[in-house]
Amino acid sequence: MKLDTAAGPVLYLDGVTVAFDGFRALNGLSFVVEPGELRCVIGPNGAGKTTMMDVITGKTRPDTGEAFFGQANDLTRMSETEIATLGIGRKFQKPTVFRNHTVWQNLELALDAGKGIFPTLTARLTSEQEGRIDTVLGVIGLREEANRTADLLSHGQKQWLEIGILLVQDPKLLLLDEPVAGMTDYETARTAELVQSLAGKHSVVVVEHDMQFVASIARTVTVLHEGKVIAEGPMDRVRADDRVVEVYLGR
Amino acid sequence: MTLSQRNRPRLPLAVAITLAAYLLLVVAFPVCNLLVPAGKGLHLSDYAVGLVGKILCYAMVAVALDLIWGFGGILSLGHGLFFALGGYAMGMYLMRSIGREGVYGSVLPDFMVFLDWKELPWYWRGTEHFLWALALVVLAPGLLAFVFGFFAFRSRIKGVYFAIITQALTYAFMLLFFRNATGFGGNNGFTDFKRILGFPLADPRTKMVLFVLTATALLAELALCRFIVESKLGRVLTAIRDEESRLRFCGYETTRYKVFVFTLSAVLCGIAGALYVPQVGIINPSEMSAASSIEIAIWVAAGGRGTLLGPLLGAVAVNGAKSFLTVAFPDAWLYALGLMFILITRYLPRGLASLLLRAPRAPRARIAHSPAVAPERSA
Repeated sequence: MKLDTAAGPVLYLDGVTVAFDGFRALNGLSFVVEPGELRCVIGPNGAGKTTMMDVITGKTRPDTGEAFFGQANDLTRMSETEIATLGIGRKFQKPTVFRNHTVWQNLELALDAGKGIFPTLTARLTSEQEGRIDTVLGVIGLREEANRTADLLSHGQKQWLEIGILLVQDPKLLLLDEPVAGMTDYETARTAELVQSLAGKHSVVVVEHDMQFVASIARTVTVLHEGKVIAEGPMDRVRADDRVVEVYLGR
Repeated sequence: MTLSQRNRPRLPLAVAITLAAYLLLVVAFPVCNLLVPAGKGLHLSDYAVGLVGKILCYAMVAVALDLIWGFGGILSLGHGLFFALGGYAMGMYLMRSIGREGVYGSVLPDFMVFLDWKELPWYWRGTEHFLWALALVVLAPGLLAFVFGFFAFRSRIKGVYFAIITQALTYAFMLLFFRNATGFGGNNGFTDFKRILGFPLADPRTKMVLFVLTATALLAELALCRFIVESKLGRVLTAIRDEESRLRFCGYETTRYKVFVFTLSAVLCGIAGALYVPQVGIINPSEMSAASSIEIAIWVAAGGRGTLLGPLLGAVAVNGAKSFLTVAFPDAWLYALGLMFILITRYLPRGLASLLLRAPRAPRARIAHSPAVAPERSA
């Protein structure tokens, strides 16, 4: 499948509704992400942020509405693995890295090399692939830790490593679910730099509770409430929006 | 031991010890058994050779289980079944080799004459040929493991649930093989073998050849498994053990890997069973009992999971102790086994292997620390 993003948005959701036992987690949600964009999604608990991520990654099927990746890929008809290999990478809230492997090996596993049994049995990295791993190590700031077992990394470093696992696969779209949860201030600042450096090369969607973090990276913010978008735009304008203040920021 | 110490390459020492042990087995054993006359101090009895040969077969099974349990995180409590199937395949050939020298002087195996059967069942066809028997040694456990593994892993059955259904599988096969009508000698199984490829099994020289073959097969198995776990495939296996869903999101069809390694492990057990039967001289359904398979898991746990050499040592230590204690203190064996298990779990949680080698539970990193230069990683 080809991904033709030159002509339009990388992600396109329109009128998406998901109901669980009558409760509408998403209610006619429309959401568009342009290539290279960095977008933050905020909203109170139960606003539908995680459900939206689930729809995009194929974990949840919408009841009605459209979800497209590029022009031609209907996300509502594809499996999770298909979507992942197509170029949507998702970082979970809890860091999931291969804990008994070194940082380097974590990235090696994620690398887009042969993933059948016999290719992996005889796998040798090309210098190009090694260069790719090294580049990602630099981006996530873990070059010094390349030979450490992932288990020994700090919480923040594990989060970065997980982002690295996604980056090695060169995704078109990165979904980051609460990337700074549980991080120290220093780690949060580093993550803000990292996320900003990714924008441009990848489209990035960040779901986050930490308003300070969002303010530090946000270009465009989308506010969700009760499964709908209630405001969208630059941080300053969104902050000043009466409805946003009412449902979220004011509390 | 801390995790970072895992990267220390202690392997060359382990390789040296393994090779030395192998040479000791294949040189000293034949010399002391065949050349040193009985009664001399260094003489090794036929009984001792048979006992060690048997234990080496068990060690092969332990290494095979370690490949899937220690590295892939898949606990099979049915590996006794694959061992027994390989043994039965070899046993069929050995039964056919008896010819007319059985008690009833018939071409048919004695138990068939006893059941008043007039001809061989279809699945015995061709078993008089050694090569077909060897093919069966591989095919019977391999196909069963492939089909069973395919359905189990595709349904994403894992952990304790997988262990339980493998127990059920081996138990079901034991009941099947207990039936006389199944055509494998019922609860007596196969015994009274006379020769293999024309060489009499009672001859110490034949036994010595089988012994050397077993030691060589074990060494080859170790080399193969070491090659696998040190390749990227090995890192994929440990990643399946630790974080399977993340690996799936990285684009790996984890089911295929699991089926592959489970089947390979079963085939290795089948080969061990085929070497076991001519040395021990009997195969019967008790090898398929639930307890036999659990015992295999104990060898692996006692030796140290995810080390390959550890489970080998575990099999040798537990079976060595068993051979000694069941003769010296027949009533105390089970207590001793329990005590051994408790002591190892308490004081050596990573098994006997942690005494001897720094266990490479995770595949060892082999990269240099300078990212600027492309590191040498090929060896």
